[in-house]
Amino acid sequence: MRRRVVWKEEACIGCRLCEVYCVTAHSRYPGDVLKAFKRDPDRPVPRVVLEEKGPVSFALSCRQCEEPECVKSCLTGALGVDPARGVVVVDEQHCIGCWTCIVACPWGAIRPSRGEQPVAIKCDLCLGRLGIPACVGNCPNEALQLQECGKEG
Amino acid sequence: MQYVIIGNSAAGIGAVEGIRRVDRANPIILVADEPYPTYSRPLISYYLEGRIEETGMGYRPPGFYTENGVTTRLETKVERIDTELGQVVLDTGELLPYDRLLLAAGSRPVVPPIKGIDTEGVYFFNRFDDVRALRSQVRHGCRAAVVGAGLTGLKAAEALAHLGLRVTVADISPFVLSTILDATGAEIVRGHLEESGVHFLLGTPAVGVTGIPAAVAGMKDEWKNLKEKYRKVLVRENRVDSLVFTDGFAVPVDVVILATGVRPNLEIVEGSGIAVNQGILVDERLQTNIPGIYAAGDISEGWDLVTRERRVIATLPNAYKQGEVAGINMAGGNAEYPGGMQMNSVNFFGLSIATAGLSNVDDPALEVVTRVDSAHRVYRRMTLRDGRLVGFICIGDVGRAGILTALIRNGVPVGGWEERLLEGDFGIIDLPVEVRRNWQLA
Amino acid sequence: MAISMRTAPYRVHRDPDRCIQCQVCVRQCANGVHRWDDEEAEVVSEDRECVNCHRCVVYCPTGALTISRSPLDYAANANWRKPDIDQIYLQSETGGTLLTGMGNNRPYPVYWDHLLLNASQVTNPSIDPLREPVELKTLLGRKPDSLELKKGTLAEPVPPQLELEVPVMFSAMSFGSISLNAQKALARAAIDLGIYWNCGEGGLHPEMDPYTGRVIVQVASGRFGVNMDYLNAGAAIEIKIGQGAKPGIGGHLPGEKVGPEVSVTRMIPVGSDAISPAPHHDIYSIEDLRQLIYSLKEATEYRKPVGVKIAAVHNVAAIASGSVRAGADYLAIDGFRGGTGAAPLRIRDNVGIPIELALAAVDSRLRAEGIRNQVSLVVAGSIRNSADVVKAIALGADAVYIGTAALISLGCHMCQKCYRGKCNWGIATTDAYLSKRLNPEIGARRAANLIQAWKHEIKEMLGGMGINAIESLRGNRLALRGVNLTSRELDILQVKAAGE
Repeated sequence: MRRRVVWKEEACIGCRLCEVYCVTAHSRYPGDVLKAFKRDPDRPVPRVVLEEKGPVSFALSCRQCEEPECVKSCLTGALGVDPARGVVVVDEQHCIGCWTCIVACPWGAIRPSRGEQPVAIKCDLCLGRLGIPACVGNCPNEALQLQECGKEG
Repeated sequence: MQYVIIGNSAAGIGAVEGIRRVDRANPIILVADEPYPTYSRPLISYYLEGRIEETGMGYRPPGFYTENGVTTRLETKVERIDTELGQVVLDTGELLPYDRLLLAAGSRPVVPPIKGIDTEGVYFFNRFDDVRALRSQVRHGCRAAVVGAGLTGLKAAEALAHLGLRVTVADISPFVLSTILDATGAEIVRGHLEESGVHFLLGTPAVGVTGIPAAVAGMKDEWKNLKEKYRKVLVRENRVDSLVFTDGFAVPVDVVILATGVRPNLEIVEGSGIAVNQGILVDERLQTNIPGIYAAGDISEGWDLVTRERRVIATLPNAYKQGEVAGINMAGGNAEYPGGMQMNSVNFFGLSIATAGLSNVDDPALEVVTRVDSAHRVYRRMTLRDGRLVGFICIGDVGRAGILTALIRNGVPVGGWEERLLEGDFGIIDLPVEVRRNWQLA
Repeated sequence: MAISMRTAPYRVHRDPDRCIQCQVCVRQCANGVHRWDDEEAEVVSEDRECVNCHRCVVYCPTGALTISRSPLDYAANANWRKPDIDQIYLQSETGGTLLTGMGNNRPYPVYWDHLLLNASQVTNPSIDPLREPVELKTLLGRKPDSLELKKGTLAEPVPPQLELEVPVMFSAMSFGSISLNAQKALARAAIDLGIYWNCGEGGLHPEMDPYTGRVIVQVASGRFGVNMDYLNAGAAIEIKIGQGAKPGIGGHLPGEKVGPEVSVTRMIPVGSDAISPAPHHDIYSIEDLRQLIYSLKEATEYRKPVGVKIAAVHNVAAIASGSVRAGADYLAIDGFRGGTGAAPLRIRDNVGIPIELALAAVDSRLRAEGIRNQVSLVVAGSIRNSADVVKAIALGADAVYIGTAALISLGCHMCQKCYRGKCNWGIATTDAYLSKRLNPEIGARRAANLIQAWKHEIKEMLGGMGINAIESLRGNRLALRGVNLTSRELDILQVKAAGE
């Protein structure tokens, strides 16, 4: 079962709370926005990209493609599909930060992490962290949803 | 159904995964001349640098072969292919019968016309064994010369510089990365590398390597005895001493790395009747002229959707994708290779470089727009043909460059907003609404 | 430019220990109160533009923001209060009429709060609505004087009725005064609830087509958006004579707000002012009103109820009587606390009468004239909760309209700045960026939840009184007692004092 976060363009208000909660969920203090931002010295970058132009906006994250260009292009094998969880995952220990995945991803949904030796980071649906992705759970206007799609989606 | 795959890199692994998408049952034999389980070739520079260890080199996790029902025949050379009887002849004389065969033996380094390259201390930089040997020889303060300022050469130079060596890179071309960058981009990259401590000797061909002579004619006996006594100190005998250029200029060196490109390993198909040009010729299903025999990766000559011709595209992503398509077809599935393109992403000392397609071609039929900020080492060059993106260079800021790659792949008309592509914050939202709504993989 | 003597009415407090510089507040404030200061590398706030809408407070992920009234005050004066002085400063600067939004906020008596409901004790059993049915279904429309049966069925068809599952409807709010998303939210809720929404005098936007089954379409003095399709789309037609927030005053939607969407809906050119005249220029008498009512009935072949909406003014009972005789199938009466998207402040705060008194007067008058059955009464003008609904029905209403309460359920924070068109909650705006903030799905859910909650409460109150159908409460003023009211007021309300 492939899963991904989908957005409703007409409901996205560009508030960027998805980014705030994404950062929090992937920080050392997954449940505490305040501490994530005030106390985590290695506060991560958000894995969701807020795109905005005039009144139109949407929060884009990994589409968890059926035929993921990033996985096929990965030079080291650090990117892979976790079939059990239905998500494209990065083995951050194995990534060398060559950004071939960034150049391959048609959605621009992968970005470098912070730090001395940045690695590729992308939406992991907060799996293993929270029940539903933090961006979905905290979108104030319900513009984000977790979609479970079969072969076709 | 017996599958045989020759090659244990991206194309071979892609084929295993492609076959297993269709056929979970039938056995696969994978033959490779290297002794290692599949590893990522681009990681060798990181291994040299010491950033990763041997255990971190794997292109796939340790259980990969078992999980996919693959029997490996490592350290095994292929002598030839008997297409008549449908078997692979190993150099041991052993015969491996196949029903479907994949040729994914990759490429090997071009041996440049340089005298004395058999001198000790001269290395290629393509295989794990190359860097294993090299790693034991290099230490802080050594002098290294890299012949070839391409991606491989520069990654080697970066690794050696990180190890504290004094590194000189030489190339016939006056520009670094001349196959993928234009002059503007090359100068930015060269400036960055020089600032990071790499020296360049560009535009002058290296013609020879000279070593320390084992013995000098007329050497007095007492000197010979002395030399014998201090053998341990003088192991540098017959080792590389300097790299000599056409103009007679010589650079003193302790190691020399040769990185002047690769060419397909076509020896294995000699006399087999498999058609070749620069590489093995394949159709859109990646089958060769002999039914049941497929080829993928650096060894093959596949369709380039940007140049619109058959050519060898020696990049790892292309190899994997070709391997996967070949694998699906070998197993009875039906997949077409949509065509690949040159696509590279690399960084040197923190400077990111991404290129794709016709990144540096100057041709009156092509329209080129650029934006350069040399001070911040940011450069973008977009190449258009008939109002469609066919290539790009991004230096400094490669974020979201994949959208550009997809624009090339999908052949999306970008006329009228091509200037927007030069901005670092170019995003999906900048695509025309109808394009955005249908945005999918090509 | 001379200095303005007006000072910031609110203060924004940002707790530096809690602010994470995420700038959500910056993006949420359409008034530009919060901004990112590059030099200081932090978010700073400018009190002056704050309207106390709480958008930033609700959206701040760390609760770093609070807003308070400015502590700045003038010398103590029970006569010259702060708003009186501030308004003079403003008018001295602008020379213009003061504008405002929402309903009258002045401390006039709220009669609902002086009326108390009865409950059963010993001599009559109360009903537990969780165990026994309590019927809230309400039919709006003209009821025949008598019913004639032929072979067990009605000999004559009953005039067209609106069928409500709960005696509550959403008041007229046009697209323009509120966003299309706000209209969609209310419309969806109305459909889910089995009640009606009212599109106001703005026409019907094409995107509202799926919701026309439960819409009351309005015909007002500007006649915006009115054509045959519009009239036939509605479940009922409402002639708007007046509005509680601004009796005697027309409407004015400034040209800046008439974008392409509003233009389509109102059927006027983009950028032109949409002016609804104060009177209907074809209605100068009850006879003229009758002509319009019957024109509309003819146009819709007598298949739809035609109602009349009037503001509660001094002689409301006589006007109501005339309107019923003119053929109105229902009468909507809007009290002086009714809301508005924009009204002159003085009108809103000083014109009209309380809906409680108007309702009692109208119901009494129609009964006295023996024509109460010919019309249904819908009252509006600050129905704040289910108890107000129950009291209104006991006073004689058939149903109520809610506008303000519905908008609050959608997120309105009662800042009363609707007329600026920059509603941060995406309600009173047509700006595309701001309108998105109201997700119609969420809005519909919230509005429906509110009415469902009221429905439960109404049943509880009815059950407590031993009443199992809302029909039995209508006009039953014995269910009410007054507290703190003069005997004159009790007389008008025809309600006994508590203890009587």
